[in-house]
Amino acid sequence: MEGASIFVIIVSAIFVNNFVLSRFLGICPFLGVSKQVETAFGMGMAVTFVMTLAGILTYFVHTFILIPLNLGYLELVAFILVIASLVQFVEIVLQKTSPTLYQALGVFLPLITTNCAVLGLALLNIQYEFNLLQTIAHSASAAIGFSLAIILFAGIREKLEIADVPKPFRGFPIALITASLMSIAFLGFTGLV
Amino acid sequence: MDIKNIIMAVVSLGGMGLIFGAVLAFASQKFAVEIDPRAIEIRNALPGANCGACGFPGCDGFANAVLAGKTSVNGCPVGGPESASKIAEIMGVAAVAGEKKTARVLCKGGDNCLSRFEYDGIEDCKAENMIGGGGSKACTYGCLGGGDCVQVCSFDAIHINEYGVAEVNPEKCTACGLCITACPKNIIELVPYNQTVFVDCINLEIGGHVKKNCSNACIACKICVKNCPEDAIHVENNVARIDYEKCTNCGICFEKCPTNAITIDKENNRIIVNE
Repeated sequence: MEGASIFVIIVSAIFVNNFVLSRFLGICPFLGVSKQVETAFGMGMAVTFVMTLAGILTYFVHTFILIPLNLGYLELVAFILVIASLVQFVEIVLQKTSPTLYQALGVFLPLITTNCAVLGLALLNIQYEFNLLQTIAHSASAAIGFSLAIILFAGIREKLEIADVPKPFRGFPIALITASLMSIAFLGFTGLV
Repeated sequence: MDIKNIIMAVVSLGGMGLIFGAVLAFASQKFAVEIDPRAIEIRNALPGANCGACGFPGCDGFANAVLAGKTSVNGCPVGGPESASKIAEIMGVAAVAGEKKTARVLCKGGDNCLSRFEYDGIEDCKAENMIGGGGSKACTYGCLGGGDCVQVCSFDAIHINEYGVAEVNPEKCTACGLCITACPKNIIELVPYNQTVFVDCINLEIGGHVKKNCSNACIACKICVKNCPEDAIHVENNVARIDYEKCTNCGICFEKCPTNAITIDKENNRIIVNE
């Protein structure tokens, strides 16, 4: 994918290789914070924000620290460190500079620290050998893909609340079945790029 | 394996950790937001369930509201008197003893209440309530038994009993109030935990008509009012209401009630206050 055009990267990250529905990353918030469209939207925005920043920062850490020092094998540990510090830093700064945004993102922001989708994105960026521009495009669109999936899913779950679901399937079982059906639907995009 | 590699790895990772740590420390100084230390203390005195029963977004929201004077120190129904006294101590207010409360469904209808039609839709009170002007029960104030309250209860404290009416288990109930908001009929209320005598009906309609619909309804005959030695029960808007502050749980109203609308809750073996 080295020479892939930005457009192809964006379409691929949002639809074809959707982080939740075809890579199965970030399932925890996907199931946990999807009971209402409103909170799902908040989570989606927080993830978009953090993933884009983390993608860029990890790119710099990888290119200017790990590669010159020949420490490629440490990327996993280094990225966890970077992401955790980044989220903390963003939280502190937001609290001071933009209390409104801080309130809006609320509890979702610290939750993202340990989100595997963010780490997965950082590792994938390196694997695909993206340059900076491609990294930004991929990070942002992957996060938008996540938001799309979680908001759609929350919409379906809101409807499920009033549906007459058989007793053994109520709650998480039906949510998981719904998620898998959505995943199958997104498989329809395979081969698009 | 070259020793240099190990040193490089340790130094670079350690260096990154140090730098990030320093940046964070600097940021937390530079961007420090003045938080009232009492907010954290109040936060610690709360149950921390973030249930929202107080009406504020989460326990932090409640703590800030207490500090801003928007709510009283006993505003957390889940924490009860325990956290109320702790918060009162932090705020330097004399503890307003938050009386322990429990939710109660004020309806004894269920199978005793006539049905106007057969409801065969989804099992949900809100949905049923929208059909035919308030669901299938002949009484507009009757429990539909759809279990909306059962679903919202996080403490497994409310269940539909054998008569098809929701019933609260006071031992499990934390008085968080979620069932009260969930009930489309508005027939759930918070009552004092030590109270054992209740008028389990809030039908505001006129006597005769009410009696036809439900054998356990309050018909506002005022026999209880006349017999109460403490002047603790009154009829307002065609329904008897107990003043829980005056009531001594003597049970005379229960014995005199001609329609079985008054209950003595003996099953829970709760303390009967006799002063």
